[in-house]
Amino acid sequence: MGGFFHRHRGVTPYLLLAPGILWLGIFFLVPMGFLGYQSLQSGIFPDFRFTWEFSNFSTALTDYHQQLIRSFVYAGIATVACLLLAYPLAYWIAFRAGPWRNLFLLFIVAPFFVTYLVRTLAWLNILADQGPVVRVLRDVHILAPDGRLLATTFAVISGITYNFFPFMALPVYVSLEQIDPRLLEAAKDLYASSFQAFLRVTLPLSAPGIVAGTLITFIPAAGDFINAALLGTPNQQMIGNVIQAKFLESLDYPGAASLSFILMGTILVMLLVYARIVGTEKLTG
Amino acid sequence: MTTVAEAVAPRAQAGVATRVWRFVKRHALTVYALLAVGYLMLPIAVVILFSFNHPTGRFNYVWNTFTFDNWIHWNSILGIQSAVETSLEVATLATLVATALGTLIALALVRHHFVGRGATNLLVFLPLSTPEIVLGASLLTLFLNTTSVIQLGFWTIFIAHVMFIVSFVVITVKARLIGFDRHLEEAAMDLGANEVTTFRKITLPLLAPAMLAAALLGFALSIDDFVITYLNAGPTQTFPIFVWGIARVAVPPQVNVVASAIFLVAIAIGLGNVFWQYRSAKHTRGAI
Repeated sequence: MGGFFHRHRGVTPYLLLAPGILWLGIFFLVPMGFLGYQSLQSGIFPDFRFTWEFSNFSTALTDYHQQLIRSFVYAGIATVACLLLAYPLAYWIAFRAGPWRNLFLLFIVAPFFVTYLVRTLAWLNILADQGPVVRVLRDVHILAPDGRLLATTFAVISGITYNFFPFMALPVYVSLEQIDPRLLEAAKDLYASSFQAFLRVTLPLSAPGIVAGTLITFIPAAGDFINAALLGTPNQQMIGNVIQAKFLESLDYPGAASLSFILMGTILVMLLVYARIVGTEKLTG
Repeated sequence: MTTVAEAVAPRAQAGVATRVWRFVKRHALTVYALLAVGYLMLPIAVVILFSFNHPTGRFNYVWNTFTFDNWIHWNSILGIQSAVETSLEVATLATLVATALGTLIALALVRHHFVGRGATNLLVFLPLSTPEIVLGASLLTLFLNTTSVIQLGFWTIFIAHVMFIVSFVVITVKARLIGFDRHLEEAAMDLGANEVTTFRKITLPLLAPAMLAAALLGFALSIDDFVITYLNAGPTQTFPIFVWGIARVAVPPQVNVVASAIFLVAIAIGLGNVFWQYRSAKHTRGAI
């Protein structure tokens, strides 16, 4: 065995790669091809035929552009909310938490340990019409006496924000934690106020974390359908809800496949634009 | 006397106000951090609390009375036990396979220069930047078009889970491999060990912590996954799919029991890790 590896050094990397790459090839790349194949079919379940049916895409866009736009708006708002909420927490953990650092990092990832659906359902209890939050908001007249939080856009977006919060907080923390404190001392020596030092040193140095966090929050958030399904109404439906229902309920596979492609294509275009704005290096490194 | 007291009192008041303001200013961030952690913990607390609720009607939304019954009879709801078992089986199998495949890819990427390295990196990165619904949908179209070979069920869930966990394993293990001292391996080879022995005796033990971390992450991802699983499960039910089905009717407290149990096990592992890191940090400091 050992002798074989020694004699065929050039083959070794490919042998190491083969099983994993085959798996990803067969169960990730090939399915993408099948998705494309399915998206150009026509007919009614179960008799679909491949007919280069490009009209599936235009039909999908005319019928569901509202859900598509809504998905990106919700995901965008949730991503910004995550950033604003997570940055100060990540900052505190990186610079002020001292020996409590690891414990607070555990607090950040703790929501991941509760089944996604169950932790989303918990917001049903918290935001319920008879619940304490709604009662207080009604008492201070932020909500009308019959006002609700559940089944609103607010509920869906805050559900997404809560569920993807750790995706933002962790990369931001990692980039903040790597900042050399001597840089901040140097800024202070050069008569920068704390705020100026933050603006000119800390914030730019944490940019890679912000970029990474934005991406890994926004992409899954745009495809999410659980928050809209559990906390919203049909008026808050996102593109994920439509795709899921077409696959499993109305059995319109070509329509579902073309919508999936539209979602992925839009995200790719956004990624490229984003890469142009922030620079490719920050995106991959 | 009174004049002195009158003169002192306002100054003391101002001092208190200033001190309070200074305290708030200095600790505002700490207060915020605690509030943010409270926000993150709130739904978890609700899940655990309502696992002890004895609901009045079908709905477990309003607190009624405390009971241990739900924990004792956690499997009294039809289908919940087999769903939990399926989840554990899939997670165990998929984690084992994905950790092995991912570690091998990471080794190749960090240790070797070969044609196609960029493409490999891209292939590993792509599933991570694809929304789950698209990953699930594309895999479903593959299975729908090959029904003569494979039926939707346990094994299609397993295939899907390995697929999306592999990339996470590669990233986790790669991070560890990059900061890894190659001299140890060279020393072993100089002492006459061949590649396989060196791998078994040096590389594998050094990689073990990263592989364990990757496996834990993979297990957590697998047991929690809903979207990809839901699309590719056919009639098979994992715990999240069971929850989805029952959420349309009424969620029984037993669902909270299972979720709380999973959470407590995970948090125990996490706390153990924090404690271990804390102790080893202390130990190193003591040694220096």
